[in-house]
Amino acid sequence: MASPLSAVRFDAEGFMADRSQWTRGIAEELARQEGLDTLTDRHWAIIDFCRKAGDQTGHAPTLREITGGTGITTKELFGLFPKGPAKKVAKIAGLGKPEGCV
Amino acid sequence: MVANRMRSTLDRREWRIVILDRDEGHYYQPGFLFVPFGIYGPRDVVKPKRNFLPRGVDVVFGDVERVEPEKNRVTLADGKTIDYDYLVVATGSEIHPDETPGLREGWQRNIFDFYTPAGAANLHQFMSTWQGGRFVLNVAEMPIKCPVAPLEFLMLADWYFQTRGIRDKVELIYATPLPGAFTKPVCSTMLGSVLTRKNITVHPEFNIMEADPQTQVIRSYDDIEVPYDVLVSIPVNRGADVIMRSGMGDALGFIPTNKYTLQSDKWQNIFVIGDAANVPTSKAGSVAHFMLDILAENMTSHMKGREMRARFDGHANCYIETGFGKAVLIDFNYDVEPLPGMFPLPGVGPFTLLGESVVNHWGKLAFKWIYWNILLEGRDIPTVPSHMSMSGKQPVAAPV
Repeated sequence: MASPLSAVRFDAEGFMADRSQWTRGIAEELARQEGLDTLTDRHWAIIDFCRKAGDQTGHAPTLREITGGTGITTKELFGLFPKGPAKKVAKIAGLGKPEGCV
Repeated sequence: MVANRMRSTLDRREWRIVILDRDEGHYYQPGFLFVPFGIYGPRDVVKPKRNFLPRGVDVVFGDVERVEPEKNRVTLADGKTIDYDYLVVATGSEIHPDETPGLREGWQRNIFDFYTPAGAANLHQFMSTWQGGRFVLNVAEMPIKCPVAPLEFLMLADWYFQTRGIRDKVELIYATPLPGAFTKPVCSTMLGSVLTRKNITVHPEFNIMEADPQTQVIRSYDDIEVPYDVLVSIPVNRGADVIMRSGMGDALGFIPTNKYTLQSDKWQNIFVIGDAANVPTSKAGSVAHFMLDILAENMTSHMKGREMRARFDGHANCYIETGFGKAVLIDFNYDVEPLPGMFPLPGVGPFTLLGESVVNHWGKLAFKWIYWNILLEGRDIPTVPSHMSMSGKQPVAAPV
């Protein structure tokens, strides 16, 4: 079976170029690339929030918007998506690079 | 800057301009960086604001309690109100040490900042007699005002402790939430190698959860500990409290602003300049300067009922002090990261982009004069336009 990523277009930094291509299967594959083998309900709660935020605003939410919007603490967020959670979730959720990184 | 520009643009019979400001002194914030090293004293970085205000402008000094955009009204702390037709917000960003547990306990004892005049002066006093140990600089969270300042600080510290003859007793450590030395790839690689050469250790992707002044460590959300003897903190930067109080800000108190027109996303008669805006470029004085042309043109068009045609490109231009009388210059925007080359004249310079030079350092020092004498009056520097120019820049393939 072809990888779910075979038809997906990415930008230079590895973020999906077109977020309408996104599926849950793609998310699982991208998560594996980021070192996350299984996505729990907690992971999905955050990914779903980011998808929704992306649809509303057109870009990836910041760390504070994620914690504020989901009620999940920063500490747990770092446990679920180690190192840079905002960037990692943005990648898995098929959104562009968070704009705050300047 | 805005008042100076708008007063010369708008008809005095039609438009009254009022400046609301809580501070009578204007701080040259780029100079704060030099205070801890004794290069500038506290008095070198402040002048009375009245010296820079144009005629024909009313000035009110005092705290603003609240802005009510739905009523086009500003309420001052003493209860007076001022109505407006148009509002330009330039409330900047501020540090908030209270956002990170533990910072306050060691604050101004062995935890310092250099983003306030008092913090920078206290740090100078401490550093001038310090005998060595682990010197840690931590950035709490992005975005921060002047994202190159932490790097400049460390490189100047390397120079300063060598000059004091105790560099071999000092470990310089940089703990940053960024994946490398800087936000943009080519520049990050270049500056990263300068830090290595100067024996400055970088802990990338360090997201501080708390400082523990008892054991003298900072701890990240993923439980990495970095011990310190002295901690220089760049605490969480937020927009002004009045923006939060007025419900005009995002999660960090920055105002959602159209990144091209500089008009508020929500209110058509509000424009935002400088750090107060949430636009995705560096929070830096050069950015505010480059924004001025675009903001003034668009606001004037809007007043006349015309289409707003000016587009801000995110242009930033920063001198980065690297110590020993040298500096690096970077010039970039929303889409083009800092590239090597010459600036502002292709092939001639005199400034070298993304490379160290003595001339760049003199440029940085001369900038103080330019700031006080040209920029605050809302005038442009000849040969440096608001929009970034690609001439003189050499494209580089981004490292993967």
